[in-house]
Amino acid sequence: MKTYRKFLNFFMLSLSTFMAIYGIFWLFWILYSLLVNGFKYLKPELIYLDPTPAGVEGGGLRHAFVGHLILTSLGTLIGVPIGIAAGIFFSEYARHNKLFAIFRQITDIMVSTPSIVIGAVVYALLVKPLGHFNGLAGAVALALLMIPVIAITTDEMLKLVPQQMREAAYALGAHQWQVIKSVILRAAKVGILTGVLLGVARISGETAPLLFTSFNNAYMNLNLMKPVASLTVTMFDYVMGPYKYWHEQAWAAAFVLTMGVLLLSITAKLVLHGNLIKPLTYIVRSFTRSKDKEE
Amino acid sequence: MEVVSSVKDRANSIKIRAGRVDKFVKVLLGFWALFVGLLFPLIVVLVLFKESKLAIDTFGLVKFLTNSNWDPVAENFGGLTMVVGTLISTFLAMLIATPVSIGIAIFITELAPKWLKPIISTAVELLAAIPSIIYGMWGFLVLAPVMGDKVEPWLQDKLGNLPIIGQLFSGTPTGIDVLTTSLVLSIMIIPFMAAVVRDSFNMVPAIMKESAYGLGATQWEVIRHVVIPYTASGIAGGLILATGRALGETMAVTFVAGNNPQIPKSLFDSFTTITVALANQFTEADTDIYLSSLYLLALLLFLVSFILLAIAKYMILRLEKRWKA
Repeated sequence: MKTYRKFLNFFMLSLSTFMAIYGIFWLFWILYSLLVNGFKYLKPELIYLDPTPAGVEGGGLRHAFVGHLILTSLGTLIGVPIGIAAGIFFSEYARHNKLFAIFRQITDIMVSTPSIVIGAVVYALLVKPLGHFNGLAGAVALALLMIPVIAITTDEMLKLVPQQMREAAYALGAHQWQVIKSVILRAAKVGILTGVLLGVARISGETAPLLFTSFNNAYMNLNLMKPVASLTVTMFDYVMGPYKYWHEQAWAAAFVLTMGVLLLSITAKLVLHGNLIKPLTYIVRSFTRSKDKEE
Repeated sequence: MEVVSSVKDRANSIKIRAGRVDKFVKVLLGFWALFVGLLFPLIVVLVLFKESKLAIDTFGLVKFLTNSNWDPVAENFGGLTMVVGTLISTFLAMLIATPVSIGIAIFITELAPKWLKPIISTAVELLAAIPSIIYGMWGFLVLAPVMGDKVEPWLQDKLGNLPIIGQLFSGTPTGIDVLTTSLVLSIMIIPFMAAVVRDSFNMVPAIMKESAYGLGATQWEVIRHVVIPYTASGIAGGLILATGRALGETMAVTFVAGNNPQIPKSLFDSFTTITVALANQFTEADTDIYLSSLYLLALLLFLVSFILLAIAKYMILRLEKRWKA
């Protein structure tokens, strides 16, 4: 009996370890291909040259880099204020409101909505009426994907602000908006920044919502009423395309994109957990302290 | 006297103004909260419904779901192949990803040495942040050739002659098929699922595990009889959450599915899913009924994933409530 239990223990734990190694094997394989191919094909021309006509080797993806930057920044610009506004309301005005508790759960579900569905919806609202694909629709689709993410993280971060800080401000005679503006937002700004960074990281890697909104463009275009190229959609077309140099440029673009997204995620993690950032450590500490007292 | 009253007036007017701002801010913030939590999902459903109405009226929902034809020339559209394709690839991906994710979570929380834990934890979290198009293009450019040239012929050689199972490995291995798609999809959801399962494992109070160890339980017995039952609804929630993700995933599957509207009979057949059909055909749809049929697929996808995610949320909430009580 004892040996059987010991054997079963050994067997199951080895199986778990094997499963972990199996999972990590694939993930490292992907990172390995990305690094090797990325370094091999990454050239400075990629960033400052526009593409050559299809089939002619050379050229770069300047149009896609610029387009991607425009779409992501505009999406962020639209999405961040709306997301933060909703998050503040969920946390500060409607925390104990049952109806808004349901809306908050729905928002949480919307975080994981299939992004291609959002693309299809924005197509019906902003592309069909205008008659042609346009960059603005792409930015709106990205913003819509980002809003729930920001709203949820803002709400969670504001809930970490200790109740005593609010009460102290109210005792001074402050109105609610003054409390929010001068006390709560200031206390939670690091947490909100983390949410924004994660939101930007998420939308900068999106492809599906851009396929039928901002579409693609073989030329540099700064006009938001016309199709705008993005890195991800260009990668999609290039990988599916027949030319070998297209594949090479797609690998280089994939490398740059992944590094950008990972950098954003790591920054977000550092901002939240780093010891250099005092305000939040203070909040968390005072939060746990007040909890200890209650117990 | 006059001075006092004027000061009072000013104080009053400031108070009134601040009160007005207060109301204004509340209404403004409330509108956006209402927008995110109610109007946005409502707009999504209404737009999808309006756009797909033509297809619903023309084919009928039941007939659309049971029709396996997808013929843009004859304008005969049925969603069976896409729905079945989505279900098959999601099911296979979950079949692969579930044991792996639970294994990773057990490894991180129970087995890994202390110095290794944060490294693997961070690696898993960062991998969950990699854009899905990267998984898709890696699947197409790196994995599919290996599968088509080496793995699938080998599988066919070893398993193709077995009765019943052999059917699954028939056909010409190309690498652009059900097997590769499910594999890529599973790799993509592993980090996400492992992170959710690890979080629920971490919720188990140390004292519960210690009591079991104190009774002489082995490490596996603690995991099997304390950790897993304790976190069952969290694990289930995590699995359903991952299923919702896998259903709606587009870029990881579009490259390797082959966009072939047929019901796959073997793991080596090319096929299509709802998201693949949308990504490949949306911009090509030249007739109203074609576009409307695609919208109907999008509506089905949205509703199914919304319901699944709601169930997952409910189960995770139940787990959290139990811990707080």
